Amino acid sequence: MADVAARSDALSSEQRRAPSRLRAFLHRKSTIAFLMTLPLIVLIAVLVIYPAFYALHLATLNKRMTQFVGVKNFTFLFTRETFWMVVQQSCIFALTAVFFKAVIGFIVAHLVHNVPNDKQRKWRGMLLIPWVIPPAMSTLAWLWLFDPSHSAFNWLLAHIGIDPVPWIGNANWARFSVILVNVWIGSPFFMIMYLAALKSVPDQLYEAAKIDGATWWQTMRYVTLPMMRNIIAITALFSTIVTFANFDIVRVLTRGDPLDKTHVFATWAFRVGIEGGDIPLGAAVSLFMVPILTVAAIFILRDINRRGNEA
Amino acid sequence: MADVSIRKVVKKYDEVLAVRGIDLDIKDHEFVVLVGPSGCGKTTTLRMIAGLEDITDGEILIGPDVVNDVPPKDRDIAMVFQNYALYPHMTVHENMSFGLRLKKFPKAEINARVDEAARILDISELLDRKPKQLSGGQRQRVAMGRAIVRNPKVFLFDEPLSNLDAKLRVQMRIEIKKVHQKVRTTTVYVTHDQVEAMTLADRVVVMSNGIIEQVGTPSELYHNPRTRFVAGFIGSPAMNFVPCRLEANGQSLALRLNNDIVLPVPPARAQRYLPHANNGKLELGIRPEHLTEAKTQPEAGVAPLEARLDVTEPMGMETFVYFDLAGAPACGRVSPNAGARDGAKLPMAVDLNNMHLIDSATGRVL
Amino acid sequence: MTTTTTPAAIPASRSRYGSMQHDRVWALRWSYFFLILFVIFFLTPPIYMLITSLKTSNEISSLTNPWWVFNPTLENYIELTTSPQFQTFFINSAMVSVFVVTTTMLIAVPAAFALSRMKFLGSATLATGVFLTYLIPETLLFIPLFKMMAVFNELTGIQLINKWWVNLILYPTLTVPFCTWIMIGYFASIPKELDEAAIIDGATWMQTLTRIFIPVALPGLIAATIFAFTVSWAQFLYPLAFTTSTDQLVLPVGIITTLIKGDIFNWGQIMTGALLGALPPLVIYAFLMDYYIAGLTAGATKG
Repeated sequence: MADVAARSDALSSEQRRAPSRLRAFLHRKSTIAFLMTLPLIVLIAVLVIYPAFYALHLATLNKRMTQFVGVKNFTFLFTRETFWMVVQQSCIFALTAVFFKAVIGFIVAHLVHNVPNDKQRKWRGMLLIPWVIPPAMSTLAWLWLFDPSHSAFNWLLAHIGIDPVPWIGNANWARFSVILVNVWIGSPFFMIMYLAALKSVPDQLYEAAKIDGATWWQTMRYVTLPMMRNIIAITALFSTIVTFANFDIVRVLTRGDPLDKTHVFATWAFRVGIEGGDIPLGAAVSLFMVPILTVAAIFILRDINRRGNEA
Repeated sequence: MADVSIRKVVKKYDEVLAVRGIDLDIKDHEFVVLVGPSGCGKTTTLRMIAGLEDITDGEILIGPDVVNDVPPKDRDIAMVFQNYALYPHMTVHENMSFGLRLKKFPKAEINARVDEAARILDISELLDRKPKQLSGGQRQRVAMGRAIVRNPKVFLFDEPLSNLDAKLRVQMRIEIKKVHQKVRTTTVYVTHDQVEAMTLADRVVVMSNGIIEQVGTPSELYHNPRTRFVAGFIGSPAMNFVPCRLEANGQSLALRLNNDIVLPVPPARAQRYLPHANNGKLELGIRPEHLTEAKTQPEAGVAPLEARLDVTEPMGMETFVYFDLAGAPACGRVSPNAGARDGAKLPMAVDLNNMHLIDSATGRVL
Repeated sequence: MTTTTTPAAIPASRSRYGSMQHDRVWALRWSYFFLILFVIFFLTPPIYMLITSLKTSNEISSLTNPWWVFNPTLENYIELTTSPQFQTFFINSAMVSVFVVTTTMLIAVPAAFALSRMKFLGSATLATGVFLTYLIPETLLFIPLFKMMAVFNELTGIQLINKWWVNLILYPTLTVPFCTWIMIGYFASIPKELDEAAIIDGATWMQTLTRIFIPVALPGLIAATIFAFTVSWAQFLYPLAFTTSTDQLVLPVGIITTLIKGDIFNWGQIMTGALLGALPPLVIYAFLMDYYIAGLTAGATKG
């Protein structure tokens, strides 16, 4: 270009010496990429993967961690009634809570979806609040709501002639309460996920269904649910893992009482391992979560891969 | 400015050979277009010149230097992408000056270059806008501006007009040609549209299946295609191909298309085709503009043909007629008042002076 | 409604009373009705927290209507916010959260960039692996980590247990995997040609990351930051297990362990504390709701 001062931007061949081996190595894409991921790898290796295996090792030691006792901790747990209660409670809590969270989330998502678009934001905003508040804090609120002497719920029930409910004092009510709080905290997550999935279903499918004469239920069954299948599966699996391993709610609400009837793996492991000072036994307890988590993880992985291929 | 040499370049992806050994010499200031159908290797070749793909085998030279192991930023090239690839968070000015800013050019020079390029492309008022405020054509010009500002040795264009609507495409074609006339940088341009190739190029490189079919000026490729692929690819509507046999009657040759149609080969061609008289697998290649309505006066080399028309396409200036020619679908070009109607019979003429004879087995034009 | 229908394909539909418009209006009314019910369900606890926080202890123990404040007072708020102990909790939480967010983003963003853009040997496996580690719950790891910290103390003399900064090491294990996953999703959605244009313009990988990817993926960065902050702020298990001295506690643990002294529950203060503890995430949510939700949904939908 005649008007602009010419300037050699690139190095001429004499100037371009072969870079030293070290510099070349440092500038290689794979080296840079590796260095960029190194902190991540170190973090995960040291603080996640290693402890996970270390737990296995710990579980094979005696209480003072001075000798190797093999599977004695595990067999010991098998003999304890509390252990089996914990297994049962953890599974029932997880499955029940996830089920209700999914159903409520599904219903509320549809309700919000029915509202005109510009108003949806407001409703969405309000409905998500349980998820935003730190679980420990909101569980405190529920604890107060369930308080044996001051329960605001019992106060309302009294006005319609119902006896006060021992929300936390009675074993079955306590179990109910734990599940209730769990559902309260977790439903918004499901709602948000399902809402996003609902929005991603093209309107034209619904229009085609309408033209084909489908009823509300048929549309749900043949259009909505299949399109949402993936999100429903993934969210449910995610939530199962998180709910199953939950600590905060039980700890704050009941601490596992009455009589260990609301303990889950996480809280019982804490009681046994940290409060009881028996680290190997605590490790053994928490390790029992692994089989169930692995099964769930496998399902999730399979789903992700399948979705990746479908997409 | 520099020339670009491609010597025996091969590109292999895992087990697939995308480019199978091509040689090409591009002269300084030349505008060369690589054209071909999807998957023919043209984009891969362009990206190897750019340095975005490694070269499996062979050499690429820009100027006197082998650039195989040179990273893109040191090759002194600039590229215009199909999807413009403008940085969405930067203004037009920042987009165009990004490369220069990375190289720490002085601000005064950056502004001078950007203003100059903006002037050439007529986008001076857009310098403070962001890409999302621009139309498709404007974005394309900004992308070109980004390339011009670098003052590179070679411009590389990767199907830049594919995303524009038809009308805009025609306009931008002219813009690109005008820019090349002003700036005169060596340009390698990739497209699948043979019209773009024909209108923009100094020379056209037709590629298919990882090899170069033919290199030549647009005129050469149009009138003297050397392979069936090139013959059928260049020109729109495409050339007609009809299987035929050569029959020799003493010194004169004739083309037998089927039991009823025999066409005399013009004497000027007889010499060339005589050795192939016994070849049963031949094809006649004849462009639509040489299948016209019957001539009022007999002409040398033009044979009469009776056609029953299937479909006609009146284009205003001409009418395209589609009919069956000895079992092969054919397209002819007649004048708008030749009386062509769907389903009607039309006396037509074949101008065999412009015929091509193709050996079906090798695909070569004889 | 049309009177003719094509045979076979469409099931006979019974005629409805009123027009479709009428149906839609009623559907909307029912939707609002149920929505209000659900909103009541979801918002009752926080509102109740607020109500209680404005009550004196006297009013609470006098068992009057729990849903109404007769003598509102701010004394709970004043007491807590001026209490040095509470302030310590708040500051501990704030410091931990800010540090952890910074560390998380410093680790996650380059890693996400490398994993999504710079294809290298094992990058796909590593990306899936990152995602999987998110599924390993803290409740599995806290016991071995506890022991590891004790061993570390023995070996190096640096005390980690019962020091608030132990959280700086532990929290990133919860935030980094998911934030990396979020950023991978956002980076992946940036068209590949942008990288190539940058390469041709002469940018190094770091320059491409800092001058192009980070600005363009800014919404994702904000979403990931918010996620990291929220998780850090709400953390309960790790600090409960690892810190016991009052001055080392973070807010959630502090409120629960110190305000519930023996048998005397000062519920007015407890609820005030809980509300204040919930405040930072709520404030962020109020102002940056869309980013908040984006962070939530990013992982699962892009999964």
